[in-house]
Amino acid sequence: MTGSKKKPILEVRGLRARVGGKEILRGLDLTIQAGEVHAIMGPNGSGKSTLANVLAGHEGYEVTGGQVMYRGKDLLSVSTEERAREGIFLAFQYPVEIPGISTAYFLRASLNSILKHRGEEEIDPIDFLTLVKKKAKLVQMDQSLLNRPVNEGFSGGEKKRNEILQMMVLEPRLAILDETDSGLDIDALKIVASGVNAMRDPERAMIVVTHYQRLLTYIVPDRVHVLSHGRIVKSGGKELALELEEKGYAWTEIDSPAPAAPTSPDVPAS
Amino acid sequence: MKKAGTSTKVIEELTNQEYRYGFVTDVDTDSVPPGLNEDVIRLISAKKNEPPFLLEWRLRAYRHWLTLREPKWAHVHYPPIDYQSIVYYSAPKAKKDGPRSLDEVDPEMLATFEKLGISLNEQKRLSGVAVDAVFDSVSVATTFKEKLGEIGVIFCSFSDAVVNHPELIEKYLGSVVPYTDNFFASLNSAVFTDGSFCFIPKGVRCPMELSTYFRINAANTGQFERTLIVAEAGSYVSYLEGCTAPMRDENQLHAAVVELITHDNAQIKYSTVQNWYPGDAQGRGGIFNFVTKRGKCLGVNSKISWSQVETGSAITWKYPSCILLGDNSIGEFYSVALTNNYQQADTGTKMIHIGKNTTSTIISKGISAGHGQNTYRGLVKMGKGAKNSRNYSQCDSLLLGDKCGAHTFPYVEVGNSSSRLEHEASTSKIGEDQLFYCRQRGLSQEDAVSMIVNGFCKEVFRQLPMEFAVEAQKLLGVSLEGSVG
Ligand SMILES: Nc1ncnc2c1ncn2[C@@H]1O[C@H](COP(=O)(O)OP(=O)(O)O)[C@@H](O)[C@H]1O
Ligand SMILES: [Mg+2]
Repeated sequence: MTGSKKKPILEVRGLRARVGGKEILRGLDLTIQAGEVHAIMGPNGSGKSTLANVLAGHEGYEVTGGQVMYRGKDLLSVSTEERAREGIFLAFQYPVEIPGISTAYFLRASLNSILKHRGEEEIDPIDFLTLVKKKAKLVQMDQSLLNRPVNEGFSGGEKKRNEILQMMVLEPRLAILDETDSGLDIDALKIVASGVNAMRDPERAMIVVTHYQRLLTYIVPDRVHVLSHGRIVKSGGKELALELEEKGYAWTEIDSPAPAAPTSPDVPAS
Repeated sequence: MKKAGTSTKVIEELTNQEYRYGFVTDVDTDSVPPGLNEDVIRLISAKKNEPPFLLEWRLRAYRHWLTLREPKWAHVHYPPIDYQSIVYYSAPKAKKDGPRSLDEVDPEMLATFEKLGISLNEQKRLSGVAVDAVFDSVSVATTFKEKLGEIGVIFCSFSDAVVNHPELIEKYLGSVVPYTDNFFASLNSAVFTDGSFCFIPKGVRCPMELSTYFRINAANTGQFERTLIVAEAGSYVSYLEGCTAPMRDENQLHAAVVELITHDNAQIKYSTVQNWYPGDAQGRGGIFNFVTKRGKCLGVNSKISWSQVETGSAITWKYPSCILLGDNSIGEFYSVALTNNYQQADTGTKMIHIGKNTTSTIISKGISAGHGQNTYRGLVKMGKGAKNSRNYSQCDSLLLGDKCGAHTFPYVEVGNSSSRLEHEASTSKIGEDQLFYCRQRGLSQEDAVSMIVNGFCKEVFRQLPMEFAVEAQKLLGVSLEGSVG
């Protein structure tokens, strides 16, 4: 490799993971360069959220094989919060409620933990409020939500906007958006997409998990991957999303190559 | 890579708490031998130069106590208490007749309270909080007594009040909690040693918070304090109470009685941060905190508000209650009770509605960690004449881990058809999902737990005076502190 060649932000090799005693990821490969937006598509239950959770370090998922490098370093030995502080952000498919803690307070604590990790000065409440209000405007999020407990009583769309708001404030290096589009009407979808597009940056990479092509007309990905039975079975450019929409996921299953590692009995070898 | 279920383990580690007030002060004490009989009571009364009516009252209480059995209905378990092995009076030895002014207080005492974060130096105190410092069986100092005296507020140790204001003591003592009330209240009435007395005269809004800090120091000694607060018509006072004790392997008994009285349009706000030694991680030692606290809204439009943060003690048995006699009177109870390791708490309130249009609010937050057992027990009673009375109760439990327990026993008695009651209850676990969400945003496991717990207690903390709220939040953090895996 020459020095001029770009270093990937994320390199996943042969990743295997189990949850609830069941193997979900079965040898997954994925490489993402800085500046790129990758879409991961796949039917329900194919392992998209599992991948997102494993990358973010959820301890309920047991990694049984493979390797993940984040900015050239082993990621799997790093704790959840360290990963977050190092710039990994997960926009949750199902954002969690934290009663009694205001959205603004939570987000400031979060930002400060990241700033502190970087050896930077913590942000004071006044500067923070200015910052968060500016970002809230971009995702057209009602400012009154900032004073309400995190996600408590938020509508589905408000929760998703709150995830995007947090992403915009925390400015991650690797953002993983897990079905941020689901449950959004078209206007909300456009707002979320424009938020994501505004975050595109040569230093940043994004993984957009979705099972509809719809979002990808607003967030145009550099690469599209199809996840099936815990592996990437097809990768291509943005056209792949359209092809999928047309032909359905069944089409990718037929093309599915044989798994490299020992197979489970429920996956027929071709 | 860690597996599912590790968060339970992490919480276990987190809840290994450290008690920061466990030191012992080395002082010469003047104590009576262990054991209880009429002579001991006479001795205590004589040491305090009490008027005859009080000795008589104590003896009546003692004789009644002899007919009672220790109550067993609370959801708590402990070995039998040997009442004959307890020392009922222990006081740091006074140089002369006890300190008459702050300058005469034993420097060792000042240092002890200083170490507990309670400065008895009036000049050094930041804000308007007057303190009565009680060490074992006696009050060692009361600050701002003179300043408060200028506006007619009496704030002094109970012993001083008995000597200087016997008519007020005779009038109000036992008027809310009679000596026949219950086993521990009877015992307290017989042997109580000190505590605080506050009297707010008509129309006075007490300009500073009044507070008592209770410290148990001597071994094998029971602390039986008595607090009496009287708010005359149209007056207001905010009173704070704090407490700590050394770490010892033996249990120690603390059986206090607190009585509050509000006349017409008066208001008492009573806040407690209870941090008695809770025992160690194996459940050895700790204070048995068996307390009777009750307020009587005697006058119309009067209000009594209890706020408590209970993090200490091996066993807590305590139901700060309100008797709503005056029409339109208001009773409130806001409580956070945390039980960790082998701590047990059975706490709640009684709201007795007697007057018309009386209202009460109950907000109870129980947090259980480790093997802790947390019980809410409450009674809302609407009397026949309590027309249009209202109650709102909310009891929430939060479980940290899977070895602890939460229990709720709400009792309701309604004697008229115009009363309205609302009750809400919930039990939740700190979820893996909540912790993961916080940690994914960069917060440490410890900060995440602390944040979730603080959020859970928000409605109660909001009721505490500023200074106390900050202390309470820190205390919860410390009580859940430990090494994070
Ligand atoms: N905690 C769990 N216990 C057992 N099975 C799980 C758990 N979480 C996910 N799964 C299973 O793993 C598979 C993949 O789930 P997921 O990654 O959420 O899929 P996707 O996000 O692609 O819809 C599904 O079959 C799901 O039922
Ligand atoms: Mg999913």
